[in-house]
Amino acid sequence: MAEGKTTGANQKSGVCYNSVAMPLDEVPGLSPDELRQTAVALCKDGARIVAFFALPRSTDGGHDLFLVLAEDAASRLRLFRTQLGSGEPLSSLSVEFPQAQRFEREIHEQHGIAIPGHPWLKPLRRHAGIPRQSGGVTPGPGYPFFQMSGAGVHEVAVGPVHAGIIEPGHFRFQCHGERVFSLEIHLGYQHRGAEALLMRSSPARQLVIAESIAGDTAMGHSLAHCMVREALAGAAPPLAADALRGIALELERLANHIGDLGAMCGDVAYLPGASYFGRLRGNFLNLLMRLSGNRFGRVLMSVGGVRFGLDHTTRDDFLGRLAKDAADFERVADMTFNTSSVLSRFEHTGVVTEDEARDLGLVGPVGRACGLTRDSRQDHPVGIFRFAHIPTAVAKTGDVTARALVRRLEAQRSITFVQDQLRKLPDGPLTTNVDRAAPKQIVVALVEGWRGEIAHVGMTDDRGQLRGYKIVDPSFHNWFGLSMALRDNEISDFPICNKSFNLSYAGHDL
Amino acid sequence: MIRILRTRLQQGNQTSKRPVDALQLPERFRGQPEISPSLCEEGCRGCADACPTEAITLSPLRLDLGSCVFCGRCEEACPTDAIRFTNDHRLAVRQREDLVLSGEELELADALGARMRRLFGRSLTLRQVSAGGCSGCEAELTALGNVVFDLGRFGVQFVASPRHADGIVVTGPVTENMEHALREVYAAVPAPKIVIAVGACPLSGGPFAGADAARGSIPPDIPVDLYIPGCPPHPLTVLDGFLRLLGRLQSATPSARLNPLPGS
Repeated sequence: MAEGKTTGANQKSGVCYNSVAMPLDEVPGLSPDELRQTAVALCKDGARIVAFFALPRSTDGGHDLFLVLAEDAASRLRLFRTQLGSGEPLSSLSVEFPQAQRFEREIHEQHGIAIPGHPWLKPLRRHAGIPRQSGGVTPGPGYPFFQMSGAGVHEVAVGPVHAGIIEPGHFRFQCHGERVFSLEIHLGYQHRGAEALLMRSSPARQLVIAESIAGDTAMGHSLAHCMVREALAGAAPPLAADALRGIALELERLANHIGDLGAMCGDVAYLPGASYFGRLRGNFLNLLMRLSGNRFGRVLMSVGGVRFGLDHTTRDDFLGRLAKDAADFERVADMTFNTSSVLSRFEHTGVVTEDEARDLGLVGPVGRACGLTRDSRQDHPVGIFRFAHIPTAVAKTGDVTARALVRRLEAQRSITFVQDQLRKLPDGPLTTNVDRAAPKQIVVALVEGWRGEIAHVGMTDDRGQLRGYKIVDPSFHNWFGLSMALRDNEISDFPICNKSFNLSYAGHDL
Repeated sequence: MIRILRTRLQQGNQTSKRPVDALQLPERFRGQPEISPSLCEEGCRGCADACPTEAITLSPLRLDLGSCVFCGRCEEACPTDAIRFTNDHRLAVRQREDLVLSGEELELADALGARMRRLFGRSLTLRQVSAGGCSGCEAELTALGNVVFDLGRFGVQFVASPRHADGIVVTGPVTENMEHALREVYAAVPAPKIVIAVGACPLSGGPFAGADAARGSIPPDIPVDLYIPGCPPHPLTVLDGFLRLLGRLQSATPSARLNPLPGS
């Protein structure tokens, strides 16, 4: 590599691992140019961006930037930081690595840092005329939608309030007849200020906020939050807690994957699949309720472990219910995947190629449906996944069929995992004591939620207080994938494409 | 086709027989709490300190179900059982202040007036507006439409346009970026109309009370007819609220029979 020594040396440092704290002083501090060169070199070698964010420095009005890359094949993360002076711009990585585009837009919007060279520096979460006290950029009126013109070209606007019971977002289609040339997705309607609120809340409240980042991913996000807090304090939850956390995470995946399969059936007017998958989804939520008292598993996770265990009678009850639900799931899935009217709507619809998926940095089942073998449970295993491996489900075609198939396979494997864990659930304590967080540490926690990789990054100041907390929901990586899936498809296929992604608005908007 | 028919037979009828009876809520489910301020020990702050959302005030002990996320930490912290969560799912009320409990029984929602019941009692169509909802409440509202809860059999239906609706169901802490859209949707529903707030977020901000970019309440110019607390409320809690508002459920016991439809 032409950059030679500097980059080579830096490539050896900054290595860290999922949920292992690292002293902030050991994070290699690079110049902005070096950071860019390092990111380019590592991403060309297959690394991908997990998180890229800025924190204001109180001393001089400048910013500290943190870049977290994942080297999945090596099961390790790379952490780098750089300092920008007050008013100093950050040259964009997005042209070379489109996966950086949303992170750079966030840095620009939250902190007002100029990003020269960014091809798509549009508002991310903030809306016109609503300034934020924390500074940054307030968009002017009129979101700058990409527009086309010409004979027969027309525009379709949908949202923010949609026809069903779903979260708000705005979709703008540029069409020629039925054919979609371009779909632009304008979000931010759900922005609550979750990160800032979490930073100034009590520990018990922080957990409730983490559970509510995306309510259908309460387990994934609350687990990631617990992992950050435990790692910052150097604590490790007991084995029984690890197992129960794994069970809850997989039950959440089951409920959502099966619900998605049902919703996809509904969107192609296949009511038997919609009804039966819809009911089965509820059975998995009800298992979470038997465990924690809440259908989404809320309050199960606690810093240091879990709040509820399963006695032997309940385990047997769970196993009995799971056996029945597993058989039902197989029958309904067989029925659905053998129905030609379903397959003809799923096949070749909403294709995202493997190259596009890699460029955009897609994660989770959406990425795996394009052939990307990335799964935090396999690539960066912590907790129970160090001992129990769930084979990664991958499909090649990148269409709605592939996204349905990956969900089906993952659901099957999650059922097997949960059954296995229930049978050998260890007795013993459910929680361990967690001391104060150590000062000047940084930790990256990755959890493979049902939508894909959830990343929480926490760091402490010299008194052990939280200095920064960054949340990256898998939807943050994946929303652009939906835009790509719609290109050259019929606009009437939008619902089924959208459902096959089923991304979180709240998780993106924070 | 044979496969579909066979699966149909295997699946059988999965719909709950009546809103409540067919579903035994599990022991750990946290529903309506029982508050006994007389049991409080002098100077004890266990529950208030444990509450993540500041739903509890002391001397005398009061629990605001509108702020409560039903985590049960107060019950865990209480040395004298002054707070105990039962698995009674019924929580919906007509007045916001009815959600503040201090030993008295929860004043469950009473029915709409005669005119509104005549209009909506047999058929109620609702438009859902998520204004910063995390998708928890939204998911439970969606679940009401599945074959188990089958909302449609009670004449209640979620529709795709405010112009087709008799009222709106609001979830979420009302983010600043959704406040305008919420007003627009409310304005687009033809009068007379009803407003139902679902979940801790629109009642108090819930987990997001005090957040920078959400107001934590429904704007005062959108009057609320029914408050359904929870984080999120169980689908049965929501269903119970809808049916009480329509005058279909009145009795005090959880497994009440349905009242006849107005006019029949």
